[in-house]
Amino acid sequence: MDMLSSPPHPMTRTHRFYTYAAPSRFYALAGRLLPGLWLLAAGLAALGLYLAFFKAPTDATQGQAYRILFIHVPAAWLSMLLYLALAFWAAIGWAFKARMASLLARAIAPTGAGFTVIALLSGALWGQPSWGSWWVWDARLTSELILLFLYLGYLALVHAIEDPQRADPAGALLALVGVVNVPIIYFSVRWWNTLHQGASISLTAAPRMAETMLQALAVMSLACWAYAFAVIFTRARGLILERERDKAWVQALSKKGQAT
Amino acid sequence: MNWHSAADFFHMDGYGFFVWGSYGSALLWMLVEVGLARRRHSQALLQLSEEDVA
Amino acid sequence: MTWLLLQRELRLAMRRPVDAGLPVAFLLLAACLFPLGLGPEPEQLRRMAPGVLWVLALLASLLSLHSLYAADAQDGSLDQLLLPPHSAWRLAAVKALAHWLSHGLPLLLATPLLGLMYGMHSDSLGLLMLSLLLGTPSLSLLGNLAAALTLGLRNGALLNLLIVLPLSVPVLIFGSGAVGALEAGLPVDGHLSLLAALLIGALLALPAATAAALRIALI
Repeated sequence: MDMLSSPPHPMTRTHRFYTYAAPSRFYALAGRLLPGLWLLAAGLAALGLYLAFFKAPTDATQGQAYRILFIHVPAAWLSMLLYLALAFWAAIGWAFKARMASLLARAIAPTGAGFTVIALLSGALWGQPSWGSWWVWDARLTSELILLFLYLGYLALVHAIEDPQRADPAGALLALVGVVNVPIIYFSVRWWNTLHQGASISLTAAPRMAETMLQALAVMSLACWAYAFAVIFTRARGLILERERDKAWVQALSKKGQAT
Repeated sequence: MNWHSAADFFHMDGYGFFVWGSYGSALLWMLVEVGLARRRHSQALLQLSEEDVA
Repeated sequence: MTWLLLQRELRLAMRRPVDAGLPVAFLLLAACLFPLGLGPEPEQLRRMAPGVLWVLALLASLLSLHSLYAADAQDGSLDQLLLPPHSAWRLAAVKALAHWLSHGLPLLLATPLLGLMYGMHSDSLGLLMLSLLLGTPSLSLLGNLAAALTLGLRNGALLNLLIVLPLSVPVLIFGSGAVGALEAGLPVDGHLSLLAALLIGALLALPAATAAALRIALI
């Protein structure tokens, strides 16, 4: 799928976004962006944590336990956002037979699942001091749990199929069906939660947010996003080398002994 | 300032286990994830150079 | 043609009566386990009944999914059935219908017996059957999609479970929720409408998705 032998100059008209649909160019681009992304992630995390622990005030009802919010909520947001991204890239890969897009979807999945687990774990650790039990069937946590199964289903399916020609579209179809269902699932779980618990216990009934809390939350979310980019790009580079190992540019890469 | 001393900070008014457990497990997962991703990449490079030699 | 396909499916199913009877047998046996595990207290059983029976309906529908397309794929008839002028969509729809007839329908017919075992009141039982009538076809359609996606894979049965269960949560919630609402004295129209809406959505989208999955699986 490489149309040119070297990347076009960024200033020329031929430099388009879909230039990076070629695995070789994506590999190179990701490699160049990675150090900056890690730096960004680390910097934003440092700022976010500072705001979360030193600037945000202490909550009146929940005390210091509420500070778990600053990792729980960004993780939950990222888990949902990454699922959308996964479905999007998988669909692009299927529709345009774009290998790189399907590969990107595969790279996203473990990170998305990881954030779901972080959200669930931190939710449990928040639940215990706040509500007295390690697990609460609150709408958000239950939806996160189901989202985890959606991720696991995707991962299991694409790994069970050896032929990428079949695995990529199958995964895309599953992800699309999943993504369409996510609002339905979320709505039904929220409804189920209110029916069975009346005045719902909800971890999402967070304390009324002070300005500083919102700032901390925003920065922590951006930090998680930068981290996600960085780790997904890293994983994608590994996947590219695995899949494209027969291509000339990959052979050249190994011959030169480059580690970047 | 929220904290009077470093000990206070770690104690988190008794919620230390939960707060640091949350952030700690998140950090742990992230380190594992990055480690696995990087290892996958370097292993792919290694396999390629081995194929060259063969 | 559709009728012929359906006849074929049903005849094949009838040739293996054990396979055909398995879902109902599972249902009856599993339904006995809950009282054994939780105690025979009638009030508790009556309250549990809609949820338990709905979950069992869901699990029963997953049985024998892996063999839905397997036999046809193995002897090559699946490839034939997907060639033009045959329509993959029609095949998927017929398979889903056949699956429902061998899983959902027997389940529905067995429900009164189960309702008796759990001491359900007749109006709750009636509503349960209505909810199953509206909901089990959706489950069959979902299972159909999973079977097509996992065609020929080694761990197909487990994969089917993992794929279908999250997607079937809304049907489960509204299905058993309908009966729960009745017993709580709340209106049930919303639940039934939502179940019907989910069914319509499934009918519109899932056979097409299944057809796509079959084509993907056979390239």
